[in-house]
Amino acid sequence: MMDRDRVHGGVGVPVRHDSAHLHVAGEAAYIDDVPEARGTLHAAFGLSARAHARIRALGLDRVRAAPDVVAVITASDIPGENNFGPILHDDPILAGEEVQYVGQPTFLVVARGVAAARRAARLAEVEYEDLPALLTAADAAAARSFVLPSVTVERGDWRAGIDRARHRLKRRFAIGGQEQFYLEGQIAYALPREDGTLLVLSSTQFPSEVQQKVAAALGIDAAAVTVECRRLGGGFGGKESQPALLACAAAVAARALARPVKLRMDRDDDFMVTGKRHDFVVDYEVGFDDAGRILGLDLTLASRCGYSADLSGPVNDRAVMHVDNCAFLENVRIVSHRLKTHTQSATAFRGFGGPQGMLAGEHALDAIAQHLGLDPIDVRRRNFYGRAGRDVTHYGMKVEDFVADQLFDELERSSDYRARRAAIRDWNAASPVLKRGIAITPVKFGISFTATHYNQAAALVNVYADGSVLVNHGGTEMGQGLFVKVQQVVAEELQLDLERVRASAADTSKVPNAAPTAASSGSDMNGKAAQAAARTIRQRLIAFAAEEFAVPQSEVTFLPNRVRVGTRELPFADLAKRAYLARVPLSATGFYRTPKIHYDRARLSGRPFYYFAYGAAVSEVVIDTLTGENRILRADILHDVGRSLNPAVDLGQIEGGFVQGAGWLTTEELWWDDTGRLATHSPSTYKIPTASDVPSDFRVRLWQRGENVEDAIFRSKAVGEPPLMLAISVFFALKDAVAAAAGYRVDPLLDAPATPEAILMAVDKAKAAAG
Amino acid sequence: MTEPREPAASVRFLLDGERVEREGIPATRTVLGLLRDDLGRPATKEGCAEGDCGACTVVLVEREGAGLRYRAVNSCIQFAPSLDGKAVITAAGLKRATGALHPVQQALADGHGSQCGFCTPGFVMSLFALYKTRPGATRGEIEDALAGNLCRCTGYRPIVDAAQSMYALAAAIPAEERDVLTAAAGDAGSAVRASEARFAEALSTVARKASSVLGTPSERYFAPRTVAELARLRADLPQARLVAGGTDVGLWVTKQHRDIDAVISVAEVSDMKTIRDDRGALDIGAAAIVADAHPALVAHFPELDELLRRYGSPPIRNAATLGGNIANGSPVGDSMPVLIALGATLVLRRRDSVRELPLEDFYPAYRNTALAAGEFVERIRIPPRVPGLVLRAWKVAKRFDQDISAVCGAFAFALAGTRIASARVAFGGMAATPKRARACEDALTGETWDEATLERAVAALEDDFAPLSDLRASAAYRRKVAGNLLRRLFLETARGLPVSATRATGFVLVE
Repeated sequence: MMDRDRVHGGVGVPVRHDSAHLHVAGEAAYIDDVPEARGTLHAAFGLSARAHARIRALGLDRVRAAPDVVAVITASDIPGENNFGPILHDDPILAGEEVQYVGQPTFLVVARGVAAARRAARLAEVEYEDLPALLTAADAAAARSFVLPSVTVERGDWRAGIDRARHRLKRRFAIGGQEQFYLEGQIAYALPREDGTLLVLSSTQFPSEVQQKVAAALGIDAAAVTVECRRLGGGFGGKESQPALLACAAAVAARALARPVKLRMDRDDDFMVTGKRHDFVVDYEVGFDDAGRILGLDLTLASRCGYSADLSGPVNDRAVMHVDNCAFLENVRIVSHRLKTHTQSATAFRGFGGPQGMLAGEHALDAIAQHLGLDPIDVRRRNFYGRAGRDVTHYGMKVEDFVADQLFDELERSSDYRARRAAIRDWNAASPVLKRGIAITPVKFGISFTATHYNQAAALVNVYADGSVLVNHGGTEMGQGLFVKVQQVVAEELQLDLERVRASAADTSKVPNAAPTAASSGSDMNGKAAQAAARTIRQRLIAFAAEEFAVPQSEVTFLPNRVRVGTRELPFADLAKRAYLARVPLSATGFYRTPKIHYDRARLSGRPFYYFAYGAAVSEVVIDTLTGENRILRADILHDVGRSLNPAVDLGQIEGGFVQGAGWLTTEELWWDDTGRLATHSPSTYKIPTASDVPSDFRVRLWQRGENVEDAIFRSKAVGEPPLMLAISVFFALKDAVAAAAGYRVDPLLDAPATPEAILMAVDKAKAAAG
Repeated sequence: MTEPREPAASVRFLLDGERVEREGIPATRTVLGLLRDDLGRPATKEGCAEGDCGACTVVLVEREGAGLRYRAVNSCIQFAPSLDGKAVITAAGLKRATGALHPVQQALADGHGSQCGFCTPGFVMSLFALYKTRPGATRGEIEDALAGNLCRCTGYRPIVDAAQSMYALAAAIPAEERDVLTAAAGDAGSAVRASEARFAEALSTVARKASSVLGTPSERYFAPRTVAELARLRADLPQARLVAGGTDVGLWVTKQHRDIDAVISVAEVSDMKTIRDDRGALDIGAAAIVADAHPALVAHFPELDELLRRYGSPPIRNAATLGGNIANGSPVGDSMPVLIALGATLVLRRRDSVRELPLEDFYPAYRNTALAAGEFVERIRIPPRVPGLVLRAWKVAKRFDQDISAVCGAFAFALAGTRIASARVAFGGMAATPKRARACEDALTGETWDEATLERAVAALEDDFAPLSDLRASAAYRRKVAGNLLRRLFLETARGLPVSATRATGFVLVE
């Protein structure tokens, strides 16, 4: 069925995920579903049982003797560099003489079968000499134990701002970490190929880094390693730096044994071994006037980074750069400590430090409102960025696209915020046990990698002689709909129905040196790169058609699925066939580098972001003041995705991000015992939201007036991470409900995650303080 | 039955309509392992290997009476020999003969119900079970049906919406093209009935009436059909592991890699699956699955509806048994506090000798039971409802659905006017075993149900329990909540405050 007026599935159309029909039939293949090559062996890590210790003896005889075991690999068997750390080289693939967290891999056992490998991995007899272990932020701060130097950003006379203010508050609160809990656990499958080369199937957001790390671990050229990933069963940042660990280990074993080796971690091992979102302790002092305007802020962020640096530098930088969120902080000091503890190395997770920084800043605004007895919506608005003089961030970037004020206005009306807030207060006065709360919070999230060199992308577009098209780019598909969006871009550029455009697996042999699919940048960058490639081919076809039919190039027009050349029209496939016969190249690469950005990492200043993505949310909750149990009753969201490339995909990112963020701030609690062992290491003990946790009244809208002021792909905006932070409204709604339990007489002290226990304790404390 | 030395039979079942017969399947091979690794069918996914994420959900079909029964279960912790005589349906088996998607699949795909897609086959199967068992499910029923399926991408809204639209897609299929898979619950069209008859016929070709010995010589799997056979096996093979739904023992295999030489399954002992109402007393066979036992309990004690709805998840309740929950001896199982409060007793059997023991006396210590060697739980008896019964049971956990309780409290009072004639109070999560709160009961019994009594009873809990701090809650929180549940009981039953009204529908405010 051919529509003469427009292509099917072009830009802006809510087409479904390109693999939807495969997902529902179990036909979408993940790495463990790929038929195993002949002779495939299976591997499992042996894990440290101690938080910090010297290994006196690694007794592996029983492991080697276990049924079906083929080999045991230790640090000394790694031919190249024993490291998978992305920035500093402080992440051993296998620990040598020292272990630095419970769960750190110390050896790899390779066996004929997954169960055999996992059983054998538990048989090691390890003699440890315990060393002092730093487990909590307080331990690490007291020992001045850091993975990286602390960073301070300041502007204006913050001390005087605080001292001269009519009101001052000091607060300390804790923000928990979060496990990514991708449904597909970490996995790598290394297959030796001819002449010393290697193919690695890796569930990774960053194939090119996996390629580099595998090459380094084996001491071979990157060109000898191909990394491929068709799709991930979820990533959320947890598969940015971490997959290299598995890939390197599997590759070392595959190389040593000249056999294919698959390493698929059990869910519990995945929790125990790999990094999670950083937890933070926030301290601040804020000075403000009667209207709640911040006059000075001194805020310290201390994050627990775990045993190594991993991505903690940029994560904490981003936290620092999101403390302001939508508030202009004229006089401010932000200090960021990157604490080293003997726990899993905290890593990327959707938002990448931004959520923690943003929650810290919003906490101050909420405390101010509670302290002054003002509606937090007014306090937030009074502190918004504004015209010249109030439009530069604390890191020196001019905010040129501020729309949070417009989103706030529209959402305040559409959610009926004021009337509901009043009604809730009346209801609470008559309800002794159950208390309701409501909060509105904005989101302003910076889009681009702060590592400027990551802001580049490449794509390859092939047009075949039958007129069908294949696009390949450096981005990975992890469910976010990147592939379909890029397909839509190419379909639009070539004016073809989406069905004629396929996307293929991320593959380092097709697109080299690609950035990670992270920082919400996937469709921005790969869309632009694919657009450039498609335009190159289109231009070649225009030139060819003009010459072939002897018309000026200006008379060649791409119409849906056909091309008008002068007065004649011919199907696209015909033109492709003719171009092929005339030896016109029908394959092109496209390249994109994000413009305008520059950034001084040492001083944390410059323009790290191409633009900002915005949103706002109102959440309403109820708590039970006898148990702390709670529910989200309603959420209203208005989010700016610019001109959406695919409204259905974007809606899915917003809803999913919000629910994931709500999980982070409510039920998802990571709990380490006093030996440093993570006790919440599976879904039976670590609770992500289920269907019934979603607000039954859930009103999510894309902002219809949204348009990117920058020349992003078709004026759309990135949507991967920003919506997660809409859930900050849930946290403050819970805090509002806790305040209600004490008659709104005190500003409650509530830590995140607001579990039933945290809420009940906060209620009791608030009641005691209110007298 | 034959002398249980050599495994006699191969496991035979229908897989997505195709007959499978396989020898040498070890007793503890999981259904998921069989599907993915042995049969090369990777449509069904492993997300956690412990029955908590639902990515591995498949649907079992059995004959029941004149019809077919559909049960969603977690294939990751079900032992493969348990498939013997049944049909299993996976996400790969739902497409129609034309290649078109099944209405459940179509609704999910068109409704943007998948993103990364890894959890999707499990959601498809949970929704398929719902589709086959409940016509036009409400939002609440859909959420309950999906309580055992985790999705990390979508935020669930599109999945719940798809579950509501799948029935309309079913109706769009011409009646003569509908079959056993595509027909939604309640569709009794002639084409559907014929297709169901063919399915039942195919099932009968794999069905087995007599007891069987499956597995391998080193890992045998006994599936007795009668209590007598079970009793003999249990006594003769003391080292064998008795398994009902396998929802806990499955984890011994997938997580702890324990060696299990032999399994005795109670799942086919039909006498032990019966549920009888004996003049108001409930007599529940220990092998009755929770999905069957709970409705019987709720019929007698409607106050338990929410607690039982929050017990495990549908795939767990479809495999787990009440007897298994009791005999397992976990201090945080959610059945025990309320059954203790109701004065339940257990019928224990060893060979031909039978004794009856109050449930409250069944747990001498942590993870320990009063079972003698060779003895097993045959039935659970719950006395009739007493006049003036005030009954409440609440679990408190981090998450509303499918979580393990930090505290589970159950209260059964017999009120005579405002006087408490008798009180039974029991808690889970407060001690090493599920336990009665005797001091608290003493403070209540014979007293007027007023604030002074309440506060004395709350204080008495300090004498009853010294809870631990762990990943689920601190000792302080557990203590506080135990007392507050008593306060909640007071507010509801003595003050008539609308605490329960908000909870009956799963904490949705009713105004």
